[in-house]
Amino acid sequence: MEIVFGRPKALTKVEFHYCPGCTHGIIHRLVAEIIDELAIQGKSIGIASVGCSVMAYDYFAVDMIQAAHGRAPAVATAVKRVHPESVVFSYQGDGDLAAIGTAEIVHAAARGENITVIFVNNGTYGMTSGQMAPTTLIGQKCTTCPEGRDPGRAGYPIRMSELLATLDGATYISRESVHTPARINSAKKAIRKAFEVQLRKEGFSLVEILSTCPINWGLNPVDSLKRVEDEMVPFYPLGEIKKCREV
Amino acid sequence: MEKVLMKGNEALAESAIRAGCRYYFGYPITPQSEIPEYLSKRMPQVGGVFLQAESEVAAINMVYGAAAAGARTMTSSSSLGISLKLEGISYIAAAELPCVIVNIMRGGPGLGGIQPAQSDYFQATKGGGHGDYRLIVYAPSSVQELADMTYQAFDIADMYRNPVMILGDGLLGQMMEQVELPEFKENKLIKTADKSWAATGTKESRPPNIFNTLYLDPEKLEELNLALFEKYKAIESREVRAEEYMTADADLLLVAYGITARIVKTAIDEARKKGIKAGLMRPITLWPFPKALANQLSAQVKCILTVEMSQGQLIEDVCLAVGRRVPVHFYGRVGGMIPSVEAVYHEICRYAGMKDDALLELDAGIRYTYAEV
Repeated sequence: MEIVFGRPKALTKVEFHYCPGCTHGIIHRLVAEIIDELAIQGKSIGIASVGCSVMAYDYFAVDMIQAAHGRAPAVATAVKRVHPESVVFSYQGDGDLAAIGTAEIVHAAARGENITVIFVNNGTYGMTSGQMAPTTLIGQKCTTCPEGRDPGRAGYPIRMSELLATLDGATYISRESVHTPARINSAKKAIRKAFEVQLRKEGFSLVEILSTCPINWGLNPVDSLKRVEDEMVPFYPLGEIKKCREV
Repeated sequence: MEKVLMKGNEALAESAIRAGCRYYFGYPITPQSEIPEYLSKRMPQVGGVFLQAESEVAAINMVYGAAAAGARTMTSSSSLGISLKLEGISYIAAAELPCVIVNIMRGGPGLGGIQPAQSDYFQATKGGGHGDYRLIVYAPSSVQELADMTYQAFDIADMYRNPVMILGDGLLGQMMEQVELPEFKENKLIKTADKSWAATGTKESRPPNIFNTLYLDPEKLEELNLALFEKYKAIESREVRAEEYMTADADLLLVAYGITARIVKTAIDEARKKGIKAGLMRPITLWPFPKALANQLSAQVKCILTVEMSQGQLIEDVCLAVGRRVPVHFYGRVGGMIPSVEAVYHEICRYAGMKDDALLELDAGIRYTYAEV
């Protein structure tokens, strides 16, 4: 018997702690599959952030550094400067990257740091149980905007990928989603491109991936996937925002 | 080795390079900006990395990353900039990563001023950031010591896998003095220390090296804290450094560190001319504090006078060390003002029970008795 589908080598055997219906697991898997396919497990160094994915250091079978909230791009910057031949990626949520870590992500991109950022956007602070994030949509209910996000009081959601794409140092930026099999395939291609940009030493690459948070959205897993399509995608359009050189 | 005339900040920066530091991350702030300026020129010459970060916060997290990656790394700042770094310093201490952090202190609180002060003693020695952790804190008092202690700091940091702070002040950083620079250590990643723990990529030949400071299980977090506690105890037993000046027959003990200790020495010389038996204990390591020496000296003196450029911070460690054996008095200037030799001399005369005719009016500053017997 031949095994045709198994756990990627770049994932440890530790079971994910993610909630049912959360798509972090799919995204972890995609990153691990790309690490396997590019045969870079031995030279990869991952930077975990603060948020639901904080324990990514238990899941990726590569050297891992857990960074303070929002600081992963600064940590990644230094690791890459020390080991320029390694492959350095950060894995950050939207609270981490788009709020407390805004300065670090903007400047890592502006410097054109040769790192790859996996940016998981579920529009809420999942780990702290559903507070408003900078990416929370207008009208979306959160524990800190119980009547729904009111732009008069809480401002507007940030499209980080578009913002970062304006920077000369950013080489490749794409927004993806994993709410359908086709989207999963597209997200995987984008993740591969992002890592390839780094391997070619072409600069900063980031893949934003729209993700679900059924528990804090108050939806079941299936309705959560539907919400990505119906509510998130219209505000966060999918596709390559900054294209890299095709090879 | 020949002596050269150098500014404190530049001597410190050159010494870091000679110690094998090849990764510096910093942010401009007076009165330490000569450190990043100097290193921006020197690092490329020695194949190192100088990176001007977007903030103090980013700079210290870059240090966290570089240290985890196994490099000799340093950042520098001044007072309020160090406040911003404290989050990262706590993480570095928790992850047990070696690095050197320089604080060239200026007056505070708030934005404060740009003149020298010693008002970050608490911040440096009592934590500053969150959680139970310790920095090894060196207090140089000359440009030569800035160079020497920075040079040694990297080895000490590696030895204990602990952040080391060089606590200087704006006067030391800005002044020029003769200095004999230490020898060059060549390796980019100094091989003397075992860094098999570093994040370098597994090469698929070992299990992943993981740097993490999250412990949701309190029993595990207690284990980490107990391990840190044991390490700190070992550092306290081995790394205390202090200088004694004219303490052999002293019956009036002054305690001061850094540049203030030099002012105090001159004042002691003047007092000795009048027959006052004054002496100085100068802590070189502020943490670990020379508790035993302070306690031992307190047995032979009538009183202790600490002199600081703060409202009185070092004095608390002095009092903890000596108990209620003798009165502990304080004299200090604050906000960027520097105590004069005359003012310190005058204080010595007062506590020695001698009238100092030259100074009928007390000089400006803060005076109090912290601990009565």
